[in-house]
Amino acid sequence: MNAARDLPRLAAALAIGAFALLPTAGLPAFYDSFFYLVFFWVSLSTSWALLSGFAGYFSLGHAAFFGVGLYTTAVLAAKFDVPFLLTLPAAAILPALLAVVIGAIVFRLRRLRGELFALLTLAVTFVIATVVLNTPIDGGGGIFMSAVPLPSLMATPTGTLYLLAFVICVSTLAIAWKVSRSRLGMGLFAIHDDEDVAEAKGVPTFRYKLTAFALSAGIAGIVGGVHAMFVGFITVAGTFELTVPLYVVLMSVLGGSRSWFGPAIGATVITTLLYSFSSGDQAMIGRAVVGFILIAAILWLPDGAVPAIAKWLKPRRAASVRTGADVAPAATPARSIGDRNMLEVRGVTKRFGGLLALGGVDLDVREGEIVGLVGPNGSGKTTLINVISGHYPLSGGTIALDGVQIGALPAHDIAHRGVARTYQIPRPFANMTALENVVAAATFGGPVRKPAEIRDEALHWMAFTGLSGKEDVLPAGLNLHERKFLELARALAARPKLLLLDEVLSGLNPAEVDNAIRLVRAIRAQGATIVFVEHLMRAVVELSDRVAVLNEGKLFALGAPREVMRDPRVVSIYLGKAYAA
Amino acid sequence: MPSATLLGQALISGVLAGGMYGLLAMGLSLSWGLLRLVNLSHFALAFLAAYIVYELGTTWHVAPWWSAALVVPAMFGIGAAQHWLFDRFRVNELASLLITFSVAVILEAGIQLYWTADFRRYETDYATLSIKAGPFFIPVLELALCLVAGVLAWGTWLWLRKTFVGKALRASVEDADIAAAYGVNHKQLAYLLSGIGAAYAGIAGTFIALIATLAPAEIWTWLGVVFAVVIIGRLGNPLGALLAGMAIGAAQSLAMAVFSPAWAPVVSFSMLIIVLLWDPEWL
Repeated sequence: MNAARDLPRLAAALAIGAFALLPTAGLPAFYDSFFYLVFFWVSLSTSWALLSGFAGYFSLGHAAFFGVGLYTTAVLAAKFDVPFLLTLPAAAILPALLAVVIGAIVFRLRRLRGELFALLTLAVTFVIATVVLNTPIDGGGGIFMSAVPLPSLMATPTGTLYLLAFVICVSTLAIAWKVSRSRLGMGLFAIHDDEDVAEAKGVPTFRYKLTAFALSAGIAGIVGGVHAMFVGFITVAGTFELTVPLYVVLMSVLGGSRSWFGPAIGATVITTLLYSFSSGDQAMIGRAVVGFILIAAILWLPDGAVPAIAKWLKPRRAASVRTGADVAPAATPARSIGDRNMLEVRGVTKRFGGLLALGGVDLDVREGEIVGLVGPNGSGKTTLINVISGHYPLSGGTIALDGVQIGALPAHDIAHRGVARTYQIPRPFANMTALENVVAAATFGGPVRKPAEIRDEALHWMAFTGLSGKEDVLPAGLNLHERKFLELARALAARPKLLLLDEVLSGLNPAEVDNAIRLVRAIRAQGATIVFVEHLMRAVVELSDRVAVLNEGKLFALGAPREVMRDPRVVSIYLGKAYAA
Repeated sequence: MPSATLLGQALISGVLAGGMYGLLAMGLSLSWGLLRLVNLSHFALAFLAAYIVYELGTTWHVAPWWSAALVVPAMFGIGAAQHWLFDRFRVNELASLLITFSVAVILEAGIQLYWTADFRRYETDYATLSIKAGPFFIPVLELALCLVAGVLAWGTWLWLRKTFVGKALRASVEDADIAAAYGVNHKQLAYLLSGIGAAYAGIAGTFIALIATLAPAEIWTWLGVVFAVVIIGRLGNPLGALLAGMAIGAAQSLAMAVFSPAWAPVVSFSMLIIVLLWDPEWL
């Protein structure tokens, strides 16, 4: 038995037991309702953070889901005499379904991120509120819950509501904890940092966002269901008000919305504060105090209190200084090139409005081959990489990987099938450490493995790319050379069949370039097929088995590096006709 | 189906009421579009201005235009001061939304402490004055508001389009670093723009004092509609904001006449949702 690990669990179990039995302790009813409100806000803000904190989709529409849940219980219990407890599953399911419908439309649109998503969800709240107000759901008169019998789970009604809110609160925290440690959570954190990269690394972003949205809305709904009994008299104005989304945001941001228990801390602090200014003008002062706290928190603790405290507690480890990558197995025997085609690009076109970026490109890459992709600026090299990796949909033509058509698949699916890429300007997940970046890529790109195995493999690729000692460093703490190699480590950790490298050498000094060239050779020796975009001719000639020259969106020349580079036509597109002689 | 006269009257009242949406939206649209700051405190500033105009008018019998001459420059100063905070802490869009929300809550609390939560009405001789045009009535104050809003929107639009300062501002939005390399003093322009945005809140506030009934919680009533107007009118485009405001005002007013007043909010938000999903070229 591991005492150090079991102690917190024991403490948590004891605390949960003690809190569950609190209403039986004979405290004044005041405590029941105070703690009820704490649990209420903890559940709401934690559920908000599941989508908005973890995945970064800032929603101002939490009141919509809370309100739908509340009205579901109210209508079923007060108008159809459904027993109160039986209405609660419906109060969770209906808002979750609503979230799935909204998400299915909104999450497909790339521009609806950031503050536009926030305002759209706010708009949805107003629309739902108006519909509820003007239909028999409410009809403008409000709904009385006084006739609805409350099951006596505890001696007093407030005790029963306390217990229900407590169970929901603990479950919500457990869900948030579980998600933050799961594959889903890792995917959501990746989406938060850079959604396009997450998709390219194999995160099924659309499905994950929908899942998080449904979970978030479902919890908000069940909280609303219980709250219907707590408030007793339900009105549209009191339900779909701005206070819910804004307090939820405030509490989560204050506590730290990327941490599973950050929102809970923020909710407890703010609820206590608001409760201590409870009447009349005092309530107004309380809101103003909360306002000042929020301003101060955002200005000085932009990530929230919990991450700030964690950072402060963590002893500053000096990042071990080890520059100069030790590329592990340097001189490996060159693997022979297979005669099977790993990549078959046929008649691929890509249009951006009126601009034809790729105009019918054909290219075969054999298994184990290194193909250098060169061409003047704007010739379509990066576009080709973006099309193969699925970042842009095709306008025409087909792409096959290892004999399987991948041209119409979403990017994360292409990644699963063994295509990995790097970005010309490194795009690491900014809030994850270097190791977490590689682990995420291995988790979503590679085959399904145990977390411990994935970690070992990630460490292996970090050592392979010379990043040992930088595991706990955030990407902002790495220099350009290291960030480029982190890109490589991420791509390799996915165990790709086909590796697409977009200008990994640009911006590196000559020594670093030598290093990188050795690294690319070592990668090929492990069995990957490589297509790389590069401007540095020395590297192209040294590395490539064949060189493909693109010009104005078309394949211009293809062949052995030295021959292609001497071809007068190729020289002329690079340097102009005068030099072609 | 209501009569043609009733529909026509609804259309006129809607467009005129939309002028207020547009006037409020203009300041927001400028700071969101050109400074990438979402300013929720805009509404609270407008109401603060309205309460000051009300106070000066009822207690000291100062005519509203003289009050405006005092309030509008003061608002300019507040706007510039607010920008100092954003600039000092390099606040991004979402953080600006939360901070200005807090500012709005604080202002609301302050207003309630001083003026209480009671409804206040600034009675003037011309509050109910209207012109009769054929079968229709046109309220004078609302008409004046629309004219002022029109002049401001047109002037600001020309200023952004035609003058060097305006072009410099728009260049800074595209790429602040490159614009700076060409000698654009973005910081100074940002202060100017924040001040102008807040000054618009002051102008809107003057009209709010004359037209509407004041209560601290009323700060939030226009929030949703005006944000819809800002987005539909295209960020950073004052003329678009005014036109979108009038369009939404008209649509709401017609919906009220044809269906029932309670359905009005659905109109603006449905329009917003449709525009966001439809994603037309001009957005």
